[in-house]
Amino acid sequence: MIYFENVTKIYDDETVALHDINLRIDPHEFVSIVGHSGAGKSTLLKLLLAEELPTEGSVFFESEDVHMLKPSEITQLRQKVGSIFQDFRLIPNKTVYENVAFAMEVAGRLDEDIIQDVPYVLQLVDLERKAQNFPSELSGGEKQRVAIARALVNQPEVLIADEPTGNLDPANTYDIVQILKKINDLGTTIILTTHNKGVIDELGRRVVTLQNGRVVNDDPTGRSSF
Amino acid sequence: MLSLNLKRIIKSGGQNFSRNAFVSLAAVLIMTITLIVFSTILFASALLNQSLVEIQKKVDVNVYFSPVATEDVVKNIQIDLEKRDDVESVEYVSREQALENFKYRYRKDTDVLEALFELEDNPLGAVLNVKAVNSSQYEGIATYLESTYPSGTEDAIINKINFNENKEIIDRLTRFIDAGQKLGGIITILFIAISIIITFNTIRLALYISRDEIKVMRMVGATSTYISGPFIVTGILYGIVSSLLTLLALYPLTLWTGRVTADFFSGINIADYYVAHIGQFFLMIFFSAIFIGAVSSFIAVKKYLREARKRG
Repeated sequence: MIYFENVTKIYDDETVALHDINLRIDPHEFVSIVGHSGAGKSTLLKLLLAEELPTEGSVFFESEDVHMLKPSEITQLRQKVGSIFQDFRLIPNKTVYENVAFAMEVAGRLDEDIIQDVPYVLQLVDLERKAQNFPSELSGGEKQRVAIARALVNQPEVLIADEPTGNLDPANTYDIVQILKKINDLGTTIILTTHNKGVIDELGRRVVTLQNGRVVNDDPTGRSSF
Repeated sequence: MLSLNLKRIIKSGGQNFSRNAFVSLAAVLIMTITLIVFSTILFASALLNQSLVEIQKKVDVNVYFSPVATEDVVKNIQIDLEKRDDVESVEYVSREQALENFKYRYRKDTDVLEALFELEDNPLGAVLNVKAVNSSQYEGIATYLESTYPSGTEDAIINKINFNENKEIIDRLTRFIDAGQKLGGIITILFIAISIIITFNTIRLALYISRDEIKVMRMVGATSTYISGPFIVTGILYGIVSSLLTLLALYPLTLWTGRVTADFFSGINIADYYVAHIGQFFLMIFFSAIFIGAVSSFIAVKKYLREARKRG
């Protein structure tokens, strides 16, 4: 489903973020990518979303080189790949409902679909009672759950989670991990970056460890050399 | 799909406007002040031109004929003058009317009136009052009359053309009109440019707080049109509200200044002029404001879209 083929990324300031990465992620997998800050985790995800160009190598999503896509196709790619981030990235002047609905609107979905799907997905992340609240009225955990709902509402094939628990307390971290597991059980491929060992242990799924831009360990049982 | 997207873009633009109430209020206020300055300049420029036209209308060249010039001769000259492109109108004043006018003008001067009664015959000739299309054309008309019907000879039919007496005032008026129009044009263009720059920067600042929002929209997979659309709608709303406020504010302003400036503008009252031309002002201010609002938003959001693309 996703292939990184001999991918190297060197930034303009000569920083080597990734070095000769070869990685394959199959459908319905739950892969955690771990490593210290600067190990190259976020760069790997940015390359998959075509937000960065590789210096060498190729990144394939469903056998298409994502860096050969036209701008309109990149827009479609981002609608197929849901993403959540440590800083939530919600639209501040839209309500919870509108934030989630926005992802459906940009995908060109009809109003009837939005009215039907948004409450369902909000229920999935246990936020239906907060539908009319603005992001500023939510806790960190709730904000992340809105971000998850938004990422999920278009039923993406892949969900990218870049340090989603980085700003959360242990209770909220646990909740988010449980939601991600549930989403994966429903068939969505999940790529999670984290440096929280507790999260990896809780998951017990495949772990890819990055160090200085190289894959140093790829363990299917949930052990990292991190 | 197009109408669905348009509906969503308009709704979202309206929400941006109402939910960021403080930012909208600040943008609308600055835009209103700018529009008031902008319309005052245009208004003053139009009013000054109107006043100059009024003054121009009061200037004419009077051709005084000899009493021996018959009515037919004078009327032929009138027809001759009316054929000229530089002549707007020619008014014929008969000998009898000229006498009546003279008597009326000197009705309080008994010496002059007594002297007039001493004369057996009407000493005044007919008069043609000539108005030129443009004040700079009087000299040409006067020269034409002097060369075609020379005065100063015994059988001359024209006694006097008072162009030379009026020459200085006509020249000054011509210079004033030219300078006024040039200066007015430059000042208007300058202020319009300043207004656009101020409005553009105001909207750019208003959109500055939405930079991260634009980045999020791009991340979710929104197209550039879908991202910029609501901001352009918000810019248009700034324009609509501020143009309506400007039109409302201008009425009491013109009412207040109307009385004071009526003499300066040759008796034209600004408030009356404003009410009489409200339709034109409405169209001009309304559409300029919408245009400036939309274009400023478009340029600003395009800049932030580029930034969002760069920052990934």
